[in-house]
Amino acid sequence: MSSVIVQSGQEVLGVRSIAGPIMIVEGAANVSYDEVVEIRDAQGRMRLGRVLEVGEKVCVVQVFAGSTGLSIDGTSVRFLGDTLRIPVAEEMLGRVFGGLGNPVDGGPQPLTDTYADVNGAPINPTARVYPRDYIQTGISAIDGLNTLLRGQKLPIFSGAGMPHDQLAAQIVRQATLGAEVGKQGTQSEQFAVVFAAMGVKHDVADFFRRSFTESGALTRVAMFLNLADDPPVERLVTPRAALTLAEYLAYECQMHVLVILTDMTNYCEALRQISNIRGEVPSRKGYPGYLYSDLAAMYERTGRISTSEGSITQIPILTMPSDDITHPVPDLTGYITEGQITLGRDLDQKGIYPPIAVLPSLSRLMKDGIGKGRTREDHSHWGAQLYAAYAHMQDVRALASVIGEEELGEVDQKYLQFGRAFEREFVNQALTENRTIEQTLDIGWRLLSMLPKEELTRVTLDEIKRYHKGEDGSS
Amino acid sequence: MSEQVGIITWINGPVVRARGSRHVSMLELVEVGEERLVGEVIGLDGDIITAQVYEETSGMRTGAPIFGTGLPLSVELGPGLLKSIFDGVQRPLPLIEMQSGSFIGRGMRLDPLYRKDRWRFTPRCKEGDSVIGGQIFGVVMETETFEHHIMVPPDLSGTLTWVVEEGEYTIEEPIARLKVGKEEKELTMLQRWPVRRYRPYKSRLGSTTPLITGQRILDTFFPVAKGGAAGIPGPFGSGKTVTQHSIAKWADAEVIVYIGCGERGNEMTEVLQEFPHLVDPRSGRPLMERTVLIANTSNMPVAAREASIYTGITIAEYYRDMGYHVALMADSTSRWAEALREVSGRLEEMPVEEGYPAYLAGRLAEFYERAGYVETVNGDYGSVSIVGAVSPPGGDFSEPVTQHTKRFIRCFWALDKSLASARHFPAIHWLDSYSEYLEDVAGWWREKVGVDWLRMRNHAMEILSEEARLSQIVKLVGPDALPDEERLILETARLLREGFLQQNAMDTVDAYSSVEKQIKMLDLILHFHERALRVVKRRAPVSVIHNLPVVDTLIRMKSAVSNEEQEKLDEIRKQIDEQMSQLDSEYR
Ligand SMILES: Nc1ncnc2c1ncn2[C@@H]1O[C@H](COP(=O)(O)OP(=O)(O)OP(=O)(O)O)[C@@H](O)[C@H]1O
Ligand SMILES: [Mg+2]
Repeated sequence: MSSVIVQSGQEVLGVRSIAGPIMIVEGAANVSYDEVVEIRDAQGRMRLGRVLEVGEKVCVVQVFAGSTGLSIDGTSVRFLGDTLRIPVAEEMLGRVFGGLGNPVDGGPQPLTDTYADVNGAPINPTARVYPRDYIQTGISAIDGLNTLLRGQKLPIFSGAGMPHDQLAAQIVRQATLGAEVGKQGTQSEQFAVVFAAMGVKHDVADFFRRSFTESGALTRVAMFLNLADDPPVERLVTPRAALTLAEYLAYECQMHVLVILTDMTNYCEALRQISNIRGEVPSRKGYPGYLYSDLAAMYERTGRISTSEGSITQIPILTMPSDDITHPVPDLTGYITEGQITLGRDLDQKGIYPPIAVLPSLSRLMKDGIGKGRTREDHSHWGAQLYAAYAHMQDVRALASVIGEEELGEVDQKYLQFGRAFEREFVNQALTENRTIEQTLDIGWRLLSMLPKEELTRVTLDEIKRYHKGEDGSS
Repeated sequence: MSEQVGIITWINGPVVRARGSRHVSMLELVEVGEERLVGEVIGLDGDIITAQVYEETSGMRTGAPIFGTGLPLSVELGPGLLKSIFDGVQRPLPLIEMQSGSFIGRGMRLDPLYRKDRWRFTPRCKEGDSVIGGQIFGVVMETETFEHHIMVPPDLSGTLTWVVEEGEYTIEEPIARLKVGKEEKELTMLQRWPVRRYRPYKSRLGSTTPLITGQRILDTFFPVAKGGAAGIPGPFGSGKTVTQHSIAKWADAEVIVYIGCGERGNEMTEVLQEFPHLVDPRSGRPLMERTVLIANTSNMPVAAREASIYTGITIAEYYRDMGYHVALMADSTSRWAEALREVSGRLEEMPVEEGYPAYLAGRLAEFYERAGYVETVNGDYGSVSIVGAVSPPGGDFSEPVTQHTKRFIRCFWALDKSLASARHFPAIHWLDSYSEYLEDVAGWWREKVGVDWLRMRNHAMEILSEEARLSQIVKLVGPDALPDEERLILETARLLREGFLQQNAMDTVDAYSSVEKQIKMLDLILHFHERALRVVKRRAPVSVIHNLPVVDTLIRMKSAVSNEEQEKLDEIRKQIDEQMSQLDSEYR
């Protein structure tokens, strides 16, 4: 636990009350808000905590490791006089840390004088550089229709049992800086991955570690692990610690950092637990009213700034309880992030990988990273047309399920065929399949060519001439 | 100026309590802690002062001092506001960046308006003139084309005893002296006004002029009047911000105040990077020159988010008082309401619904009431129009913020999730939206555009609502079961949706439609419908109409025909007539 700068501070013996991970401590003077405390139990074991509220001579302390084993009289609390800080250094890449940023891989404490506040500070909007460079992930449903840019925050909305981990790992494996069609993409030397696990099972963490090892990226990855059997309160710090390192790597060491946070739903549950114990007025489903601001304080730690070449791109993963996208966790996340990749249960059940549900997915920054000079000039219309056709196909499919496929008109039958092919050939791809942007655009045009030209009103006539593959789609 | 008024005894997030003086007043500006963070008094109880702090309080100690200033939270008003970007309590973000780098530091005190700039002041009054509050006594060119009117502060009137000569002055230099009773006051170009008090005007007028936004679904279907208030609710990703940006770019207002209130940093950066390069079609100058930005993003302190709305509206009123039409965008009022809720929660106030305090409705009303078309104190006319985004949890409009907002606005632009996921943009649903300004602005259309707009608009709405009814049937039995006349309704409705209502904000041609183009487009589609109906009545199947080449042309005209080349639309009308006449003769 020595990853916090220890300053001498006042020590108080005994606490007034303990409820879950929350303690009320009396008798300390001039305590500061959000200050870190060191708690010693009757056996002399240490744990860390943080001040959540201060009053005259009393304060509310949150114990990261939980209060098991703490007693009213046997506990002593030392106030360290500073907010929570972690060491940050380039050599932390390749290492594994616990939920509070302490090394757990048997290696030494990182050697550095730079300690950074885990809460970070807001980026000044005038200092931001608007993201424009796209990342080629090799996954058609992302590169083609939900293009990810450097400096973007794009979560994966998933559900229990769906392959979000595989998808995230594939993105990490395949991501390169995108290039225009006809030019070469490059894997930047200066890339790094910061991975934070909150309340996930051991095998998930192992899966990621294996995947990083296999792709040879492990030396460029820093892992912060708070696993399912680790103290829940610690996970309130885990993503912050990870982002603190990410900021250092991106803005001080000029690296392109990809941050994976999984699973944000577990994080939010921990926050809800603390809030409930403190008796705060809940808003929806028992989550505190400040959940939006709390999440924003982390998600907004993404982007590019004018004084550095580096960038932070965030891919938070969250499982939607009962696949409900209106649940507060995905809902508030969607209100903060720059789009979302939504996985669909129906696609997953059809055996389609990655089961990316195209219609509820969105990359808001896509428009600024595609087109002429970035991907290809037809990309934007091409995407709009695929969406429109696929959206219309959903209506046709619904109708077909009522009146029967044979009753459909000729054009609508073509839509159905298009829809099936779109899911099987465009969305679906192998775990190891790494498609270039050109391949993705080509598959799209091939599918659009299944439809009559008159139906393609989102693309220009020139584009049809250039890329449409059939005479009138009937061939 | 500030003196210690107490000692901090309690800290919980942005809310602190102190014990001390009984002479502090409600809503007084205070400086809190050793770092002297800016705050505002929000509660007094005996010798206990409760304040909300506009900066992050991490690390603040109990026992630290709190200082009073004797002044309420105010904004600075004067030349130099345009082109600026401020945080929620009007701190200039570019200067903050110069001082603290890319990340916003704490405890910085910076003047909102730059003191050293010299502005060319031309007096409009002279010594001996008696003037009243709000009267214009001089002008300054704030940008190359924008005339900033220097007004007597609203709460002063008297006789001018001295006025400077035309020349260049800083905003702090005296430019006139005013005798008020026995006292003489010095006037400067710089004024202050407490943000939570609305600025006075002579009278409120009903407005009959629409705020033209260049957005077809807004101007033609659900117009907002100048001085009106509109709400734009919608789930995440449905297009609130894109719509607000479009209005900020294209609305025919002279000044735009854009408040990014608890939203994304990148969105403000986008405006900052884009607006200086976009040209205002009316002045020919960069759009940034008519814009004031307030950015208190979601990760910036929550109490300052609460204040940002008031900072913005006060600046808007100030320009209104000069006789200008101002449009104010607030994205998102829900985040502002949540800031209220958070502060209220920390004070352990009794919540009423979903954790919101009982005064939520009152605060919303106060805000929207500051919109209006007014006769200013000096007899001129000006307006503030408000467009507020609402972000309902789960996209469910029955929640408190949407519901209360509906009581205070007269124009409701309801964004729809399924339209957005089908990429029908703007995803404003024509059946769920309404405008109560239709009758008010109909005269404007008749006079300025020379058309019976309301009749055309209502006819189009009928077709669209008929479509909604018919699609229910189609869903059950398929389209073949409908008679051809009804299938034509579906066809025309598709043209209205894809050819008229859909408008791509990213397309250079389509982003802005002049009203003339809008009405011509609508007319074309209705004309098509009328001619097609004749053909269908002669038993031509709808499929032949669907396959007419002009259908594709109608769907593409929005981006194929620019505002400047509307004769091309007359061309399309000819095509309709030719192709329909051809069918007329085939089906006799
Ligand atoms: N008029 C439009 N033309 C083209 N695209 C649009 C239009 N309106 C919205 N979009 C698309 O929808 C996306 C989301 O829009 P926007 O960011 O305005 O949503 P929002 O309602 O503000 O969401 P949030 O509440 O999360 O801020 C945009 O990134 C863009 O891709
Ligand atoms: Mg938005």
